[in-house]
Amino acid sequence: MLSIENLTVFVDTKTILKGLNLNVPAGEVHAIMGPNGAGKSTLGYTLAGRPNYEVAQGAVDFNGEDLLEMEVHERAAAGLYLSFQYPLEIPGVPALTFIRTALNAQRKLRGEDEMSAPEFLKTTRELAKTLKIDMDMLKRPLNVGFSGGEKKRMEVLQMALLKPKFLILDETDSGLDIDALKVVSDGVNALRAPDRGMLVITHYQRLLDHIKPDRIHILVDGKIVHSGGPELALELEAHGYDRYLGEAA
Amino acid sequence: MAAVKETIETVQKLETYEHGFVSDIEMEYAPKGLSADIVRFISAKKNEPEWMLEYRLAAFERWQSMDEPDWAKVEYQKVDYQDLYYYAAPKPKAKLNSLDEVDPELLAVYAKLGIPLKEQEVLAGVASAPKYAVDAVFDSVSVVTTFKDELKKSGVIFCAISEALREYPDLVRQYLGSVVPVSDNYFAALNAAVFSDGSFVYVPPGVRCPMELSTYFRINAENTGQFERTLIIADKGAYVSYLEGCTAPMRDENQLHAAVVELVALDDAEIKYSTVQNWYPGDAEGKGGIYNFVTKRADCRGARSKVSWTQVETGSAVTWKYPSCILRGDESVGEFYSIAVTNGMQQADTGTKMIHLGKNTRSRIISKGVSAGKSSNTYRGLVSAHAKAGGSRNFTQCDSLLIGKTCAAHTVPYVESDTATAQFEHEATTTRLSEDQLFYAMQRGLSQEEAVALLVNGFVRDVLQELPMEFAVEAQKLVAISLEGSVG
Repeated sequence: MLSIENLTVFVDTKTILKGLNLNVPAGEVHAIMGPNGAGKSTLGYTLAGRPNYEVAQGAVDFNGEDLLEMEVHERAAAGLYLSFQYPLEIPGVPALTFIRTALNAQRKLRGEDEMSAPEFLKTTRELAKTLKIDMDMLKRPLNVGFSGGEKKRMEVLQMALLKPKFLILDETDSGLDIDALKVVSDGVNALRAPDRGMLVITHYQRLLDHIKPDRIHILVDGKIVHSGGPELALELEAHGYDRYLGEAA
Repeated sequence: MAAVKETIETVQKLETYEHGFVSDIEMEYAPKGLSADIVRFISAKKNEPEWMLEYRLAAFERWQSMDEPDWAKVEYQKVDYQDLYYYAAPKPKAKLNSLDEVDPELLAVYAKLGIPLKEQEVLAGVASAPKYAVDAVFDSVSVVTTFKDELKKSGVIFCAISEALREYPDLVRQYLGSVVPVSDNYFAALNAAVFSDGSFVYVPPGVRCPMELSTYFRINAENTGQFERTLIIADKGAYVSYLEGCTAPMRDENQLHAAVVELVALDDAEIKYSTVQNWYPGDAEGKGGIYNFVTKRADCRGARSKVSWTQVETGSAVTWKYPSCILRGDESVGEFYSIAVTNGMQQADTGTKMIHLGKNTRSRIISKGVSAGKSSNTYRGLVSAHAKAGGSRNFTQCDSLLIGKTCAAHTVPYVESDTATAQFEHEATTTRLSEDQLFYAMQRGLSQEEAVALLVNGFVRDVLQELPMEFAVEAQKLVAISLEGSVG
């Protein structure tokens, strides 16, 4: 589904990713773990096409398409979703308006019909309920004055509505208390499907108790230095990243 | 939500100034240039009473002794006032009694303008369309006013000001120039001398005008100045909501538009005046476009009267415009809600004056400036309280949004108070359209232009909400179109 080959990325003049290889098949959840500054968020941003994240070399195949050739919104319409570590505030644009505009923009790009307002409202209402999001909150400008937990729930609501093929969760657990973490994780787990892939970027093992990965990759200094099964998370929790730091050099 | 969708579609559909076409209509002109004889010509064309001619001649004399103002933060090639036509009118085929007799080519122009559909239907005479009275001003004359008779049943007078001068001379004489005197400023004096048409509204005591009134201004002829004059009077306890729209063809030369609008609100009356200004802004290099030098002022003459200005300014090469309120009546209220969008080489110097004269008067200013391209956008405002204006209050909020790195935003607020009990508040912010916000919106599926449109519409939302519904949608589209190509 998502296949990254020898990806080298620099931001400004600094090289962050240094020949990264990764393959996430459909239906699997992979976690990227690593110390601060390893390039975890850079990977997510690069895949989403953030400006100023320059790809020096490498290739990314997304369902048979050259992901790096696509514009940011084309990647979104092709089914790539990045859940932001710090979701942006959008003043003056009610959450409902924002999400519906995005949904219909994606549909249009894919040559699909727009979702009607009643259908959109019905679907949104049901999903909002499971995420414990109040409908009144959806009438407020997106994320403006929302708590960290509310913002993350809003990210999950958006992914549930946009139904992407591939999810990148960037530090989704940061700023969440244990109850919010459960709500958000349940929301993400509900989206696990045989035709959907996920990449969970996290610093801590905590999130992986809730969203159980099929594979874990350890990212150090711009490269995957080690990959393994779910048990790797526990090992990291016990021993930290120290034993991997040398390998990158 | 539908509006946002429409905005996006419009953005995708349109590439240039939509209203830039030129119509081939048979016209009648006065000779080029300005002199006392031209003033006499215009007055004679309109069969005006003698006092009106004298008023005009006095204004012309006054204008000759005045200098063009240069304090605004705008730069432009000075107008050669002798190289303009001061009167251009579609040749009348016959005296019009109904819409059916309007030149079909003129009707086609209004249809093509894509003015709000309801207006269009009304202009085309579709009986089932919601009631919406329109005065259509084409170059120097009013070509048609709809629903005049229907309005008259409730006592509301809505007609071309040239007609009002003939039919209701006493009413016009009582109020004309009482808010914006001839000597007020250079452009107001010029307007008083040569204005040829505009709208006149009188709402009698206690009457709530049964429908929205609207004037649609169109400059078509070449080298022609447009000088319209609007006078709206809401008598005691009356209410009226009025909207003006403006467009012009794309031409290489600059065209001058120097209008004067006077509003009078007597005791307990309320006037809501909305503008959607979309004059041709000139091309990307700053060639052509309208000089929009307009004087708009309201006199809240009566106690507890209220005037609310709402403007969406997206067009014109140069804008010089300060819709103001004189809060004369005790407890009167003035409001100013403004969206000014500049792109390309556009320059806007716009704002308001709230002059508190009466006791416990209140005013509110919400200004949203959006600048892109190499444009310059200035908010200039004055809030003042007279010694007798005890207990008066003002709240001002000026927000500027910058798109790109080559535009400019300026805020020039003047605050003066001669009373210890006035309370004035001023808040101002300047922000740049954030790349992070754009990336976030695009990551969710919006193209760059759709993302800009959505974010900017969010920024101006507080003001859009003040517009009548139909026009809010129109304005939202306009804002999006004006900013096309603003992010590199």
